[in-house]
Amino acid sequence: MNKEYYGKLIYELSREGRRGASLPDNATPDALASVPSALLRKDAPGLPEVDEPAVVRHYTNMSANNFGVDTGFYPLGSCTMKYNPKINEEIAAHPAFADLHPLQPVSTVQGALEAYWTLQKALSEIGGMSEFTLNPFAGAHGELTGLMVIRAYHASRGDSKRVKVIVPDSAHGTNPASAAVAGLKVVEVKSLPDGTVDIEALRPLLDDTVAAMMMTNPNTAGIFEHGVKEIAEMVHEAGALMYYDGANLNPMLGVARPGDMGFDVMHINLHKTFSTPHGGGGPGSGPVGVRKGLEQFLPEPRVCRQADGTFVLTGDSDESLGCISATLGNFGVQLRALAYIMSLGADGMKMAGPLATLNANYVKESLRDLYLLPLDKVCKHEFVFDGLRDKSTGVTTLDVAKRLLDFGFHAPTIYFPLLFHESLMIEPTETESRETLDAFINVMRDIAKEAAENPEVVKSAPHTTPVGRPDDTAAALNPVVTYDDLKAAES
Amino acid sequence: MTHHYFPHTADDIREMLGRCGMSELGELYADVPADVRLKGDYNLPKGRSEKEIRDFFNGLGRRNRSLTCFAGAGFYHHYTPSVIPYILSRSEFLTAYTPYQPEISQGTLQYIFEYQSMMSRLTGMEVSNASMYDGATATAEAMMMAVSASRKRDRVLISATVSQAVRRVVATYVRYHGIKLDEIAEADGVSLREDMEAKLADGDVAAVIVATPNFYGIAEDYSGWADVCHKAKALLIMNCVPADLALLKSPGEWGADIACGDAQSLGMPLRYGGPYLGFLCASKALIRKMPGRIVGATTDADGRRTFVLTLQAREQHIRRDKATSNICSNQGLMALHTVVYLSLLGDDGLREVAMQGLNGAHYLASQLEATGRMRLSFPGQPFVNEFAMDTDFEVADLEALCLERDILCGVRIAPRRILIAVTEMQTREDMDRLVETVKKMKS
Repeated sequence: MNKEYYGKLIYELSREGRRGASLPDNATPDALASVPSALLRKDAPGLPEVDEPAVVRHYTNMSANNFGVDTGFYPLGSCTMKYNPKINEEIAAHPAFADLHPLQPVSTVQGALEAYWTLQKALSEIGGMSEFTLNPFAGAHGELTGLMVIRAYHASRGDSKRVKVIVPDSAHGTNPASAAVAGLKVVEVKSLPDGTVDIEALRPLLDDTVAAMMMTNPNTAGIFEHGVKEIAEMVHEAGALMYYDGANLNPMLGVARPGDMGFDVMHINLHKTFSTPHGGGGPGSGPVGVRKGLEQFLPEPRVCRQADGTFVLTGDSDESLGCISATLGNFGVQLRALAYIMSLGADGMKMAGPLATLNANYVKESLRDLYLLPLDKVCKHEFVFDGLRDKSTGVTTLDVAKRLLDFGFHAPTIYFPLLFHESLMIEPTETESRETLDAFINVMRDIAKEAAENPEVVKSAPHTTPVGRPDDTAAALNPVVTYDDLKAAES
Repeated sequence: MTHHYFPHTADDIREMLGRCGMSELGELYADVPADVRLKGDYNLPKGRSEKEIRDFFNGLGRRNRSLTCFAGAGFYHHYTPSVIPYILSRSEFLTAYTPYQPEISQGTLQYIFEYQSMMSRLTGMEVSNASMYDGATATAEAMMMAVSASRKRDRVLISATVSQAVRRVVATYVRYHGIKLDEIAEADGVSLREDMEAKLADGDVAAVIVATPNFYGIAEDYSGWADVCHKAKALLIMNCVPADLALLKSPGEWGADIACGDAQSLGMPLRYGGPYLGFLCASKALIRKMPGRIVGATTDADGRRTFVLTLQAREQHIRRDKATSNICSNQGLMALHTVVYLSLLGDDGLREVAMQGLNGAHYLASQLEATGRMRLSFPGQPFVNEFAMDTDFEVADLEALCLERDILCGVRIAPRRILIAVTEMQTREDMDRLVETVKKMKS
C-alpha cells in the first residue's frame, strides 16, 4: 500500500461539489423563511466534500494502520482483550432492535426490555448480587454510579459523616477519580510486599467517616486478595460498604462470586469480561449490581418484570440516586453481552476463568528467568513483571513494549500498576492458544537477548510499523488538535 | 468439554499446567478460601449454539414494534448510509482498544483527529475531545469542567428549556459533586433572560447552561448572553443538536465557551437508547480543563505526520483524584460513525438533512393546526425539526389510536401537550396519515 498517496486526512481529499450520500426527499415546501436570519449560521460548517468510493477507500486504508484483537495477540493487562464473537455483532445489528426509539411505549418494546432484564438477571447470578442496572455507559461510569448508590444508602440512614473512600495504592486511577466526582475524599491504604492489602494498615483507617472500601479482586497485580472476607467484616463492622471494581472479574468466572466475598456493590465491564468489542476506546458498558436491601438506591429508570411476565419501567422512587443517563445505557453493547453469556452458558463460563488463569501462569513461568517477577505467587488472569531482570543494559519496559510491535504483538500495559518502576502487565485471556502464547514467549525471550547483545535495536524500536515513536513532548507543548490547527502549523 | 471460543485441548491443559508445576486447574485457585468459592455451577442455562441464540433473539425481536417515528425529544430517526456499518465492522477498528501504542494505532488516532476537526467546525469551537458517553453526561461533564475552571464558584444555572432528560442527569451529578443548581425560568417556550441576569447577579455562578434548539425544537435568540455571562465571570455552556447546526447559528457564533450534546442526530440508529455519542467542544483557553482523551498531531523521528493521545496529564490514570474527570473508556467507535457520516454528507448533505426536518416539521404543524384539534404551544417562536402542540383531546388517546396504525405520534410532555419531530425519514404520506388519525380523535 502506498502510504504517501493513501495516508492523507479526509479534508485533504475534499473537492467542492462532491458528495458521498443520497437522501430521501419528503417533498415538503421550503420553510427556511420562518427562521429569522439572525438565528442562522453565517457560513457552512466546512465539512469535507468527498464521493462515496473515496470515503470507503480512505477509512479502509486507515484501518490497515490499526491493530485489533482480530489482527493479533493483545495482552494488554487489566483490559481483558478476549476474542469478540461475530454472532454478537449480528445480534446487536438486528433490525428488530435498530429502529426502537428510547421513549417508545413499553408495550411496543417488550422484546428489548426482556433482553435487558435477562442480562440483568444473569449478571446478578454471576456477581452474587440481587439486582443490576445496565444503565452506566462504561466501567468508570459504573464506579461513579456505585459510589452514588453507597452515598444514597448512607443518606437514607441519616448518616452524613461518611465522606471517605478507602482505595488500595495499587488501584486503577479511575477509582480515586470516580470517588472525587462522587464528592468523596480518597484515602489510600498500603499494600504488603506480596501485593495484597495490608490489613493492619487498614484497621486504623476504618471509622465512622468511611463510606466505602473499593477493591478489585484479584487486584491489579493479578493476586487474589485472600483476606477479602476479613476485610469485608472489618469494613461492615465500621458501618461502611464494600465496593467491587469488576475490571478483573474474568478469572473469577465459574470460581467465586463477589457477593460471596462480602461485596455489597459492584460493577462489571461488559467490554472486558463479557467479550463486547472495545471499539478503539468504547462504547463499553458498566452495569452496577447491589446486594439485597440496596436495590431501591439504583439509578432510574429500572426495568421490572411483573407477575404476568410483562416488563415495565419504573422511575419515580424517592430513594433512588436519580438518573445517570438519558436512556437505558448502551443497549447495543448489552445485546452482545447477553449473546455471549448464552453461548458460554453455565458450563462454558466455568472454563473461562480457569483457562484465562492458566494462560497467564503459563506465560509467567515461561519468562520469569529473563524478566523480573516481583510478586512470586500463582497469579490469576494477569501478572506484572518489573522490567527485564538484567538492569545493566539500559533497556526499559517502554523499549520492550515498542520492540514487541515489530513482531506482530500488541504491547502489554506498561508503567501500571504504580507499585513498580518498570511495570509490564500481561493479560493473555482464555481465547489465546498455546501456539500463540509460545510465539509471544519466544519473542519476549529474543528481545531479552537483543537487550543484552544489541540494545540499540530495542531502544530505537519499532522499526516496521507505519510510523515510529512520536514526539509526545512537541504534541503537548503546542497542541495541534484539529485540521485547522494543522494547516496553520504546517504553513 | 470444549467451547468453540476456547482453543485448549486436553493435552494443552495438561502440558501447560506441567510448566506451572501443577496437575489440575483447581490448583490455580488454591489461594481462594473455600468459604468464598462458588458451590457447583451458576444457575444459568447450558451453553447454546449460534442457531439457538439467533432463534432466541428473533423471538425477542418479534415482541418489538417498528413504528413510523415522529418521536424526538433529543433522539431522532435519521438515515444511516450503508457505508457506515460496513466501515465500523472493520475489525482493525472494532476490536482495538484505546490507542496506547500510537505506532500501531494510527487508524484510531487519525479518525479521532478528523472527528475533533469536524466537530470543532460544526460547533464553531476551537477544540473537541475524543468523545464522552451521551449528550446528558457530556452536559454534566461540561458543568463540572466549568466549575473546576472557575476554581471557587459552586453555582450553576440551567435553563428550563433544556431537555428534561439532560436536566435530570445534570441534577444527579450536581447533588453528589457538591454544586448548587438553579433553574432559569421559561416563558412562551424560551429562556427568560431577565431571570438569568437576576440569578447571575446573586454571584458565584460558574456556568450558565442553555440549549439550541431547545427541548421544544425552538431556536432561541441568545444575542448578548455570552457577554452577560462573561461580565459575571461565568462560562456559557450550550447543549446542541448537531444535525441542526448545518442551519442554526453555532455555539461558537453565539460566543459560548463550551458546546456539548449528543451526536445521535448524525445518522446514528436509535437502537433503544444507544450506543450514541456525547460530544464536548470548547475554546482553546479551556483545553487543559477538558475531560477525556484528546488526540494531537506531531511527527515521528523521520518527520512523518503522526497522531498521539496528548495532554494526558489531565486524565485519571495520571492525576487520579485530581483529574478533570473520571472518564476512561468513551464511545470511540461512535466517533468513527460520526466522521464517516459527516464525510459522506458534507456541508450540502447535512444542510439537506436539516432542511428536510425543518420543511417537514412546518408542513406537518400547519396540517395539524388545520384539523382544528391541535395548535402550536408557542405560536410565533421559530422552530426547526420539532415542535410542541396543545391538543383538545388526551394525548394518550392519540397515542393508542396511532399505535393501531403503526405510528409513534410523538412524545407526550403533558396530558394535552405533545412534542412532534420530523426528519428525512418520514414521507409526506406518513405525515398525512398522522393528520388523518388526529381527525378521527373524539373530543
